[in-house]
Amino acid sequence: MIELPTLESLNVVVTLPALALVLGAIVLLLVDVFLPERRRWITGWLALIGVLVSLGITLLTTDRTGEAFGGMFVADSFTAFLNVVVLITAAVGILIAMDYLRRTDMNRSEYYFLLLFSTGGMMFMGAANDLIVIFVALELLSIPLYVMSGFRRPETRSEESALKYFLLGAFSSGFLVYGIALIYGATGSTHLPAVWAAVSAIVEGGSSAVYLVLLGAGLIVVALGFKVAAVPFHMWTPDVYEGAPTPVTAFMSVGAKAGGFAALLRVLVIGLPSLIVAEQTAAAWVDALALIAALTMILGNFAAIMQTNLKRMLAYSSIAHAGYILMAVAAAGHPAVANQGVQAALMYLLTYAFTNLGAFGIIIAVERNDGSGVSLDDLRGFSRQRPWLALLMAFFMLSLTGIPLTAGFVGKWYVFWASINAGQVVLAVIGVLTSVVGAFYYVRVIVRMFLEEGSADLAQPRLPRTLRAGLIVAGLGTLIFGVLPFLAADMTTGIQIALAALGGG
Amino acid sequence: MIPLWMFLVVGAALFAIGVFGVLARRNAIAILMSIELMLNAVNINLVAFWRYLTPETMSGQAFAIFVFVVAVAEAAVGLALIVAIYRRRQSVVAEDMNVLKW
Amino acid sequence: MENFPQLVPLVVFAPLIGLLINLILGRWLGERGVGLVAIGAALTAFGVAVLEWIALANTGYAPSVVEIGILRDWLRIPAAAVDIAWQFRVDTLSVTMMLVVSGIGSLIHIYATGYMHGDKMYPRFFVYLNLFLVFMMLLVTGNNFLVMFVGWEGVGLCSYLLISFWWDKTQKDAKYGTVGWKNSLAGRKAMIVNRIGDFGLLLGIFLVFWTFGTLDFYKPGEVPIAAAHGAAHAGEGEAHAEGEAVVDTHAAETPAEGEALQAQPLSAAMGVFNQAETFLAEGREVNFGPFSLPIQTVLTLITLFFLLGVTGKSAQIPLFVWLPDAMAGPTPVSALIHAATMVTAGVYLIVRSNVFFHAAPFSSAVVTLVGTFTALVGGFIALGQWDIKKVLAYSTVSQLGFMVAAAGLGAYGAAMFHLVTHAFFKALLFLGSGVVIHAMEHGHHHVAHAHAEHGHEEGHHEEEAFDPQDMRNMGGLRHTMPRTYRAYLIGTLALAGIFPFAGFWSKDEILADALNAGFLGGKLEGYIAFGLLFVAALFTAFYMGRQLWMVFFGEPRTEAAKYTGERDFGYPVMVRVLEVLAVGSILIGLINIPSGFWIFDPVLPTHAFTDFLAHTVVYAHAGSAQMLLAFIAVGAGIAMLLLARFIYGRHPVVDGDKDPLEVREQTAGIFAYSNARMYWDETYYRFLEGPFNRAALWLADKLDGTFLHDFVHETLLRDAYNGATRVLTDPVDLGLIDGAVNGVGRLVRWVAGGIRRLQTGYVRVYALSVLFGALLIMVLLLAPLLRQMLGM
Repeated sequence: MIELPTLESLNVVVTLPALALVLGAIVLLLVDVFLPERRRWITGWLALIGVLVSLGITLLTTDRTGEAFGGMFVADSFTAFLNVVVLITAAVGILIAMDYLRRTDMNRSEYYFLLLFSTGGMMFMGAANDLIVIFVALELLSIPLYVMSGFRRPETRSEESALKYFLLGAFSSGFLVYGIALIYGATGSTHLPAVWAAVSAIVEGGSSAVYLVLLGAGLIVVALGFKVAAVPFHMWTPDVYEGAPTPVTAFMSVGAKAGGFAALLRVLVIGLPSLIVAEQTAAAWVDALALIAALTMILGNFAAIMQTNLKRMLAYSSIAHAGYILMAVAAAGHPAVANQGVQAALMYLLTYAFTNLGAFGIIIAVERNDGSGVSLDDLRGFSRQRPWLALLMAFFMLSLTGIPLTAGFVGKWYVFWASINAGQVVLAVIGVLTSVVGAFYYVRVIVRMFLEEGSADLAQPRLPRTLRAGLIVAGLGTLIFGVLPFLAADMTTGIQIALAALGGG
Repeated sequence: MIPLWMFLVVGAALFAIGVFGVLARRNAIAILMSIELMLNAVNINLVAFWRYLTPETMSGQAFAIFVFVVAVAEAAVGLALIVAIYRRRQSVVAEDMNVLKW
Repeated sequence: MENFPQLVPLVVFAPLIGLLINLILGRWLGERGVGLVAIGAALTAFGVAVLEWIALANTGYAPSVVEIGILRDWLRIPAAAVDIAWQFRVDTLSVTMMLVVSGIGSLIHIYATGYMHGDKMYPRFFVYLNLFLVFMMLLVTGNNFLVMFVGWEGVGLCSYLLISFWWDKTQKDAKYGTVGWKNSLAGRKAMIVNRIGDFGLLLGIFLVFWTFGTLDFYKPGEVPIAAAHGAAHAGEGEAHAEGEAVVDTHAAETPAEGEALQAQPLSAAMGVFNQAETFLAEGREVNFGPFSLPIQTVLTLITLFFLLGVTGKSAQIPLFVWLPDAMAGPTPVSALIHAATMVTAGVYLIVRSNVFFHAAPFSSAVVTLVGTFTALVGGFIALGQWDIKKVLAYSTVSQLGFMVAAAGLGAYGAAMFHLVTHAFFKALLFLGSGVVIHAMEHGHHHVAHAHAEHGHEEGHHEEEAFDPQDMRNMGGLRHTMPRTYRAYLIGTLALAGIFPFAGFWSKDEILADALNAGFLGGKLEGYIAFGLLFVAALFTAFYMGRQLWMVFFGEPRTEAAKYTGERDFGYPVMVRVLEVLAVGSILIGLINIPSGFWIFDPVLPTHAFTDFLAHTVVYAHAGSAQMLLAFIAVGAGIAMLLLARFIYGRHPVVDGDKDPLEVREQTAGIFAYSNARMYWDETYYRFLEGPFNRAALWLADKLDGTFLHDFVHETLLRDAYNGATRVLTDPVDLGLIDGAVNGVGRLVRWVAGGIRRLQTGYVRVYALSVLFGALLIMVLLLAPLLRQMLGM
């Protein structure tokens, strides 16, 4: 007989933030069916309320840690931090989408459910303590995004982006499950702490199962590398980001990345940190990640230069930023800096979330109803017409570049610091150099807006309130974490997942 | 009793066939089918590992069932997308979807 | 003879082999070969069933459980203590079902060789028929609920396949011409409606497994507790002692995995029914994690879930709507699946689970009421149908209602008895209607051919409108088809419950049981059931009389009816089968005559069939005759037949005209209501399908949107491309930094342009890139180890 779990072992309390969100999404799904057409605008606000409730619960219960669902779900400081990032992303994603969807005739409530479900996937990903949960959460994260990419449905490019994203995404999840299967085969468990213990034993005992673990780890890195758009698994990114509706791109560029990195950190830092072979000092996956990080930074930044479409440019930029975060993940493979690497990656995710959402928010503001108006040339003379928006955009661009007093700088600084502490000096140098290359195209945007004449044909006479609110959140976040970096530092230093696992074993 | 490695070889071979299918087929539906093949190859692995290594716990089987479920969800979404695209372009050849590049 | 039970797997595997042969070689065997293989398979199954019967009779009706080594463990998960064996159960109940299924099945196979003659999908038809036998046998021989469920789903599949067998046949309507794919729509309807019921059954099975930890009816060698103690509630003490062991070891209360594993063999020593008895005896509660329920409540839930399954498969209210539509399939299918065997699976389920139903009086009452109302509604609707098969279909619904009502009243023997007799005379009637339809089609072709010589156009037009199943087009067939007529007459009398035909015995027993349940048992539902079933029986006699007179008496009402006959190729075999079934319909009732019945009592063994069943069905009980009731019932039946003759003999319906009942003002409303099938389908459409469709449309609309902006983006994209080339050729672009580091900028752009070229937009290239990346990572990960191995 299968025994029933008791309420204690379910420990639902610690899953409350994620649970609230998912339940909210389901309730919303039902409510929406009964809303008359002219009340449809309520859906978006209800979704926002759901996200804020979940965010509130998260912030109120940051100290409530523990395992749920028989250890498959874990709530710790890592989870809480990631929840905050993801929920802010979702909230801003809803705010910047509301008006856009209405004016582009896509005001279909599915956007909000899909967004909420995807957000739920990201939150589960942050809390995953079992490879099964990682897989399911990854799919919960991805499948709504596939649909959302094709949200502007009759439109060729939107459909194409959805199909490309879907086919490649499904392809990569094949790799993920294969990797998980191999690790399960080698360790006999999918529970991450158990995997860690088993891997330690395998490595110490010199068992040949280590090959299985290595192969499995590699396959998982492939799949998660795909999710976070690391080179050479990045190729879907520009196409999908360009083709998808802009709010979707904004949400996806931050959310999917956060989810992917959460999974990567959980698997590699909690499950496989002791995979140290051949008398090396760091985990075996460090070299692979470092190489990918280097490739990603180089290719992302260089390719972005040639882009004339802002969305596509930001897509390559987002690839480049994945490279920086990967650098931190690679650093986390060195036992001494494991926690620091994790903190750096999370810090970068937080700052990147604000900045990137803001940048996409501005694109939404200038985009015309038919999806045009997002080329670099359309920004000529933007500062004359919309000085405040142009200023904000410049601020976001500087943050993406990593100029001090912006959040982007803090994130980069954390990452480089972790990397150097881990002894990855070459990688850090590559990071700095490619940042300079990045400055080239980010600054070009500023030049277009402020130094060149032209009359951008703006879609909207005045900025809608919701979009303005979203931009304010993004701008404030970028500013606050840039000016007061210790705020973020306080938030991240509590995150000690690596030690917890090592100590627990 | 059939040794474990045989199952693993079959699984790996199926997976490779699936990967090949994704790379070689032009029809989006065929690509989707190849992906399903990859997932089922993994299921063979999972169930074989479960049966041979940890028959006392259910995680391998449970995972295989999750893989089914997710594969179904993916197929549902994917086919819906493909149908939508077919209605518009009268083609499901993935190669024809080539507006977005560079 | 002791080894006979070992043969029982053959009842499943013989048809399986037959269908495999026809599947692979059917194309080359020709009609004759295919027919022989299929019939051979069916007859083998029948032969085995007879052997099983003999074996049972010689071993004192002791049930046996047979398993085949490798197939036994088809579902065995030691970790979860799941061990659901595929075992064949040979007991009096399963043997009864086997005999009916394979006996009637064989006859219908034989009939079908004539009926399907010339069909372009002839081999496929027999493959499906054999497949049906495979699943039906699986259903009735399985020793646990899961195997039964596999069969249950399998026969549902076959039903779907066979209803939509002529999937390309369009629905013809006199007014609108071709209006849809009638057969495939009917198949789909059957499939979907049945899924609702199957869902209920599945939930019930889950609940059974949860409660008892096994699905086996009885373990090998186990004796039903109630039977062992002779009565239902005797032997509390011993049952209690046995139950003690079960309680201790039942895994629901022992979370530790090791303990659960150890406990398994002990709790597995009892099948579900005996466990239910012991649980009941000690008033156990079933643990559902956060809460627990008394066993009676759980059994009520289980049986209500089962009832949902029964309403689907056995076409009871509210799910009966699929069965009349299912008549779109070939007539042998209607006879075999939708009258004689598959639809009785629900009755079999109730009878098989009689221990559960006996312990759940509330469920039983619900079952009774459902069956009763179904009987009444089916009978009423049958009054107003024009289509010869629709009448029989609603009649089947009605008769199934009788069986279910009887099972609900606890008269399991009577239910099974009616199942058996009904299988004979309803198969006879359906096959007879098949012959009639065939003849009508032939007659019509004959006429149309003659017409075609005059003017092609006209003949073609009539083909569209002519319905060979419409009784208004028939009439006077007893002259052109005398043998069919005689067989049909016997079937009609049997169904109408006229003494001494089979239907009389079984229907009378059900009525008597209902009356007893009311009078002696003091059950309210007994009175209701008796009253309504009696009315339903009157309906039965009336609509059968109506059909008889409309089809076989009077003058031919169309040209086609004039040119009917039963002598062409294909007919002899069909008519022969009808005659065999007619003999069966006369005699089969004698297997279970009630005690105290007039001159039969001393001559024949009384309630032999019920006694036979009682070896398995522990709560079956035999009835004694109610002579007065029998007289009244037969008298009323004859009266209704005569009434039908009075109405339809005097005012024959002429070609598409109104029914005599419709003409008369007093009855017109009632007839219209019946003719419109009491608006069941319309009601469902309005309250279920309509909203559902609207929801679906709404979703489709939301997902679909409208197709706008078609060319806008084509041109836009071209613009973007042009813009891109302009950027490439126009170095001014670089602005601030270009001035400072011109050379670097150029290099950067050159590199970037190269990277950009990789982004071809082809999904396959992207996938290839992922694969390369995967290989790269593998190499990187394995490199240190390889280096170490190679000593580098």
